[in-house]
Amino acid sequence: MRAAQHASAARHSAVAAGDEETPLAGGGYTTVFGALNDYRKGHIEIIDDDPKNYVFSNVFEIAETCAPYERVVAGKNFDYVIEAGRAERDSPWFTNAHDEFVLCMDGEIEVRLIKPEAPLLAPDARGAHLAGAAPAGAKMGRLVLRRGHQGLLPKGCAYQFSAARPSVFTIQTVLGPVSVEKWADICIGGGQ
Amino acid sequence: MSETAIRHDFSAEPVSNVTGYRAFTAGSFRFSRDEYFATIEWPKGRHQMPVDAFLRALMRDIAWGFFYGTVNFDAVFGTTNLYGQVDMFAGRYNDSYRAAGLDWQERFEASELMPLFKEMISDWTNDGYDPFAAPQETDAPWGRKNGGNDAAVTRQRVTARRMVGLPGDTQPRTDESGYPVNRMFADVPQDAPLVEAEPGFEDQVCAYNLFAYLSRSDVTWNPSVCSVLEDSLYCPTTEEFILPIEHGNDRVEWFMQLSDEITWDVKDKETGKPRAKVTMRAGDIAAMPADIRHQGYSSKRSMLLVWENASNAIPEMIQRGEAPVTPVQF
Ligand SMILES: [Fe+2]
Repeated sequence: MRAAQHASAARHSAVAAGDEETPLAGGGYTTVFGALNDYRKGHIEIIDDDPKNYVFSNVFEIAETCAPYERVVAGKNFDYVIEAGRAERDSPWFTNAHDEFVLCMDGEIEVRLIKPEAPLLAPDARGAHLAGAAPAGAKMGRLVLRRGHQGLLPKGCAYQFSAARPSVFTIQTVLGPVSVEKWADICIGGGQ
Repeated sequence: MSETAIRHDFSAEPVSNVTGYRAFTAGSFRFSRDEYFATIEWPKGRHQMPVDAFLRALMRDIAWGFFYGTVNFDAVFGTTNLYGQVDMFAGRYNDSYRAAGLDWQERFEASELMPLFKEMISDWTNDGYDPFAAPQETDAPWGRKNGGNDAAVTRQRVTARRMVGLPGDTQPRTDESGYPVNRMFADVPQDAPLVEAEPGFEDQVCAYNLFAYLSRSDVTWNPSVCSVLEDSLYCPTTEEFILPIEHGNDRVEWFMQLSDEITWDVKDKETGKPRAKVTMRAGDIAAMPADIRHQGYSSKRSMLLVWENASNAIPEMIQRGEAPVTPVQF
C-alpha cells in the first residue's frame, strides 16, 4: 500500500511522477501520515535478535482487521496500555475511574461525554469498562476529532464514540476488562 | 577507587588564550574543546568527538535531566542516571575497552554535575549554533570562541501536567506564541477539533491538534510531555537527522511513529554489538527492550510518539530479575 499524500498539487508541480516519497524539488515536503487501507508497515532487519522482542505492529493494520470498537492492545508497559481500533457508527458506552486520552489517527470521530449521576465504578477500578446503555447523568459536552487530534476522556465520565465512516483511534489508558490482547495476531514474528 | 564513591570535585579552567574556550573537570574526567573537537580525558585514556555531535548529545543530557537509563554520547563516553546520582563513564559500555581494562566510571550527585554541564554548553556554544536544531536549520559550531547562544541552550523542556490545551496547562503552539510551522511540516493541517463543553465542564471537555502542535516544534529529538496518566507519559517529539545519543534503556520504552519514517539502529546495551535495524513508518508501534541501546535516523522531519513509564521502581525490578526486558511475551 502506498502512503497518504497531503500536499497541494501546486507544491509538487516540479516533482517527477514516481518521486512520491519525500519530494524535495521546489522546496516542498510531503508529510506521510497513515490511513485505514493506506499505509506502509515498516520492518525489522535482524542481525542478532528475535523480532518478537520489538512487539512490532501497526495501528492501521490492527484497525483494518479488528471488529468495530474492539480495543486491541498495541502497546503495554506494566498495566499501562495503548489500545488501537476502528471507530465505525456508534460505540458502546464506556466508563473509567482515571483519565484516558484518545488520539484520532484517521477519519473523524465524535466523542460524547456524560457525567454519571453516581459513579459507575469503584474509585480504584482500572482501565475502561462497559457502561451499559447511555447512563443517566449530566451532558458534559462533545468533541469531534479528526486526524492528529487528541482528546481527554476525563476520570469518572461515561463516553461514546461515533464515526460516520470507518476511522482509526488509539487510546492511552490502563489494561482493563475491554482490552483485547492478541499479540501473536498483530506482531511481526507472531506467525501472522 | 570504589565504584560507588561519590566525587564532589569540579572545576572550570581559565579561558584558553588560543581557542577562547574553558576546559572543565568533573572528578578525574577533563573536558576541553578546540576548533573542531571535544576532547575527554580520564586516567586511562583520551577520546575525541566532533564538537557538533558532542554538543548535541550534551544538550539532550542536560535537557532531559540525564534521562532514563544511559545516555551514550557515542560508543565510548556517556552518563547513566541513577535518579539522584549519575555515573559518568568512558568505555564502560564498550566491549573492547572493557576487555582491555581501559574503561572508567565515576559517580556524582546529579545536582552537582548538572551545573557543570550547563556551564560547559554555555561556554562551548557559539553565536548562531543551536544544538537542538537539525543541521540544516542552524549555523555551524566550528572555530574559536565567538559569542554564545544561551537563548537556545537554556530552553525548558515542555511538560504538560494533564494534557496540552487544558485550562492552566501547556497551551497549543501558535505563530503568535513564537512557534511557526516547521518548513518540513508546511503541509500539516492546522485545524482545531470541535470542542463543545456544557457549562461547568469547560475544564474537562478538551481536545487539541497534536499533529499541528508537533508541526510547530522548534527542536529535534527532544520529547515533551503532552498527556499524563499517572506514570504513563506521552512524550511526542519531532525528529530530523540523527538522535544525538545512543539511548541505553533501563526499562522498556515504546515508540509509535506518527508520521514519515525513522530507522533505529539497535545494539546491545552492555557491549554495543549490533542486534537489529528497526524501520518504523506512520502507524507502526514497537517496543525498545530494556537491554538495548538505540539511535534513530530520520531523513525527513518526522513525528514520533515516545511513550514512557516513569515509575522509578522499574529499573530495580529489572535488575532484580522481577521484570522482563521485553514488555510482552507471545
Ligand atoms: Fe529512547
